Amino acid sequence: MKAFLMYRDRDFDLQRDLPFHEETLTQDLELKTLFNAMASDDKFLLEVARKAVLSSMDDLDAILYRQAILKDCLKNSAVVRNIYAIAVEAIERKQKSFYFGIFTRYPAGILHSSRDALQMFLDMLKQLKNIADAHADKFEAEGFRRFFAMLRTELDDEYFAHVQEQLRELKFRDGVLISAALGKGNEGTGYLLHKPQEKKGSWLERLFAEKPPAYTVRLHERDEAGARALGELKDRGINLVANALAQSAEHINSFFTMLRTELAFYVGCLNLQEKVAPRGGAMTFPAPVAAGKRRHSFKGLYDVCLFLTMEQNVVGNNVNADDKDLVMVTGANQGGKSTFLRAIGLSQLMMQCGMFVPAEAFCANIGNGLFTHYRREEDVTMKSGKLDEELGRMSAIVDHVRENSLILFNESFAATNEREGSEIARQIICALLERHVKVFFVTHLYELAHGFYEQKPENAGFLRAERRPDGERTFKLVEGEPLQTSFGEDLYNRIFHSAG
Amino acid sequence: MTFTSILFAGTEAGKIHEALEAPAFFADLNLDQVMDTITAGRQEYNLKPFFYASLRDADAIEYRYEIMADLENKILFEQLTSFAEKMRAMRRYLALVDKLYYRYHKEGWLIEAVDMYCEAVNSLVRDLALADLKSRGFLAFREYISDYARTGDFAALLAETKQLKADLGAVKYCLLIKNGSIKVRKYESETDYSVDVEETFAKFKQGAVQDYRVKLPAGSGMNHIEAQILDFVAQLYPDLFAKLDEFCGKNGNYLDPAIATFDREIQFYIGYLEHIARFKQAGLKFCCPEVSNTAKEIYVDEGFDLALANKLLAENSSVVCNDFYLEGKERIFVVSGPNQGGKTTFARTFGQLHYLASIGCPVPGRAAKLFLFDRLFTHFEKEEDIKNLRGKLQDDLVRIHDILEQATPDSIIIMNEIFTSTTLKDAVLLGKKIMERISELDLLCVCVTFIEELASLGEKTVSLVSTVVPENPAFRTYKIIRRPADGLAHAMAIAEKYRLTYGSIKERIRS
Repeated sequence: MKAFLMYRDRDFDLQRDLPFHEETLTQDLELKTLFNAMASDDKFLLEVARKAVLSSMDDLDAILYRQAILKDCLKNSAVVRNIYAIAVEAIERKQKSFYFGIFTRYPAGILHSSRDALQMFLDMLKQLKNIADAHADKFEAEGFRRFFAMLRTELDDEYFAHVQEQLRELKFRDGVLISAALGKGNEGTGYLLHKPQEKKGSWLERLFAEKPPAYTVRLHERDEAGARALGELKDRGINLVANALAQSAEHINSFFTMLRTELAFYVGCLNLQEKVAPRGGAMTFPAPVAAGKRRHSFKGLYDVCLFLTMEQNVVGNNVNADDKDLVMVTGANQGGKSTFLRAIGLSQLMMQCGMFVPAEAFCANIGNGLFTHYRREEDVTMKSGKLDEELGRMSAIVDHVRENSLILFNESFAATNEREGSEIARQIICALLERHVKVFFVTHLYELAHGFYEQKPENAGFLRAERRPDGERTFKLVEGEPLQTSFGEDLYNRIFHSAG
Repeated sequence: MTFTSILFAGTEAGKIHEALEAPAFFADLNLDQVMDTITAGRQEYNLKPFFYASLRDADAIEYRYEIMADLENKILFEQLTSFAEKMRAMRRYLALVDKLYYRYHKEGWLIEAVDMYCEAVNSLVRDLALADLKSRGFLAFREYISDYARTGDFAALLAETKQLKADLGAVKYCLLIKNGSIKVRKYESETDYSVDVEETFAKFKQGAVQDYRVKLPAGSGMNHIEAQILDFVAQLYPDLFAKLDEFCGKNGNYLDPAIATFDREIQFYIGYLEHIARFKQAGLKFCCPEVSNTAKEIYVDEGFDLALANKLLAENSSVVCNDFYLEGKERIFVVSGPNQGGKTTFARTFGQLHYLASIGCPVPGRAAKLFLFDRLFTHFEKEEDIKNLRGKLQDDLVRIHDILEQATPDSIIIMNEIFTSTTLKDAVLLGKKIMERISELDLLCVCVTFIEELASLGEKTVSLVSTVVPENPAFRTYKIIRRPADGLAHAMAIAEKYRLTYGSIKERIRS
């Protein structure tokens, strides 16, 4: 029995390795804010949100599969939270009451403990089944329909009765029957527990049937070592059955764990939606396009992390960068360039984990991996020069980048003079574009941006942070030619305002 | 047919070749670490005496290199490892027999030991028959062991063991445990309970889960209840157990001495090859060098320090290899240059390679030609010894004097940082004098020193320098070269270093 609510045909593996640059992504895109909003102070939800958002899918169909399930969740949030609660309760009761620790050295203890755990699980499965019976018809997504159908067929009344009977038998009221063989050194081995034989024939037949020869070892009352040895033998006999029983309990526990893990992602999405929607933040399901295409067009795209941090609403951007391999962003300091770049990164990650995105409309091609290369604070370890450090990170990205990856650069390669920095960046960008890597590049390097603009390549778009003639910033990006100054003077003037 | 040794042949065969103490230079060259690693877990074979004894005869070394070459065959290597494992298991069982108390229990383990021995011999005979052997050592051993396995005694032992084991293995019985008693009877087909339970819950299977089978103590002997059960089982099968008694009575002493010797000596090869396997896996090269006790022109391609490489590999760092050669009249390497640049490592590499060649082991390097020395001397800086009343300089001189007294033109001397405890002027003067003596002796020498004047003393000396990356002096290359290098620093050069130029990136990203 599988939940299959994250992928159509496989489990969501919480232990799977995240991409090598997950820390960088988390830092550059302020992902902690997003994760915390999804978690609402629940550590487990936080973990799942982090893993799910950072493990991008690059399969169109898989993204749509999750989108459909998420749509059902938004419609039936109470039922979904209820199923989630049952899974959590089952796992917690197992942890609290059936901790194997103290018994693990004795198969008899394991057997006893597992029998009780299975009894508890049986009750929780019944509750799950009841919810399925009552609400299944309200769900439309393929994933949910399969899940509910599975509960109906696998957990029928007959099955519940059969399990109940087996748990009763395992109390061994008629003694323990064990077979064994001679192993190495003539030591007993292969101890196996058997069901006591059904009694055959009438009492008269049994009386005259030839009895096989048998010898009996009787224990002396005070033979404590002997009693211990006898207990050990019994343990050897029931070892396999105790194991089967404990493993069964663990399997059911895994089923609940998987259910909990997979639903946790959707519960996280519900949490986020409940924080954003009341304040009027737009959310829309994005239209993903195959990786080989070049699409990036959106209306009202905003940085959801900034939105979550700020009290007031934030500025959304409308851009059409369809058919562009390179988008170069230049313009005023504090003009919203970094916020814009972050919104690009966030929406890409959210889209590729099946979530809604913070915009009124959004369409983009899938990226085979998202990478960020941001300018960093001075290296604290003093190990290498700044340019060294930047290039080292770039080299690591090149090691992992593939065709149709997306790389976001923010003020990269400015650690040396403008000419050298521009030349390094130019070579890097050109090579990436030729290898079909999509690039967003925020920069102050005029020579770099201007150089590209001069060539007027069809596959490049140029955006500029807007600045009104009076120097005021709108935090909106408009299409436009790179300008020679980034208006640092404005900033200077504002800060030293009293002087003017 | 007799067979004496897989380690010694030619003029060396028959002599005693086990040195009980490590040569004096072992610690300086870190060879003690290498040998400790190789012999760890092999204490029962007592291999160190073999590693401590170097050979002087080129043919004796060739005898070992032939065997090393045969062992390059992975299949053969694994077959020998498996032979060794079986012999170890056999010894474990025999040790057990000595310790045990109940009769049928002891007899049960003795038959296991015999069975393991037969199995070890038989598989080795089978494996060697199919192996493409070229070495004199293996060819002779193959002939010996196949003859042995064909003898009537061994064949009878084998047949009897197999039959008895099969009969004992077929014994199956039942125990009914209830209220402090155990009923023992023969087994009648009954169904397995755990299969039943697994079937019921199969639908929840989610992949691998913890194994809850309790590891009940095994092999810790037998308690009186188990012994009593075994006695009852013996009564259920009386004829079988009578045969077992008879078998054990007559087969107490079954082990062939020549095979036992082979089992020990072959570990010399297996231990060394197993040790170097992980370096090979990391891309480092080993070779069987050309050895000569006359020609002093030597060369090594991609040599490295085996002890250091072991440490670096454990830390996942890369190992720097060095090429070096002496040609014509060149005899002496004088190594100078920045600290921490790999000078001492170079000196050790030189010494290690020569020593390893002298015990017939493949040396670290792609290709090499090495000199077969009579004695190897090292002079590394020592902690000042408080009991030694001489000063450090005097101590240095005394030690060097001792070395020069014993050294012959066929010796190798490796000196590391001499005369550090005196003025530079003194050091230059003394250094020159010593180098002249060494030069006269015409022996092979490595001298690591800060005294640059020593590097250009004559046609016999070759100057080597440890190198750094010029734009980043903190970065060590650990390359030792005959000439110093220089370079320039600017941004594109750094980009090149990270392979981030247009051309490099296009190469790195597959389209």
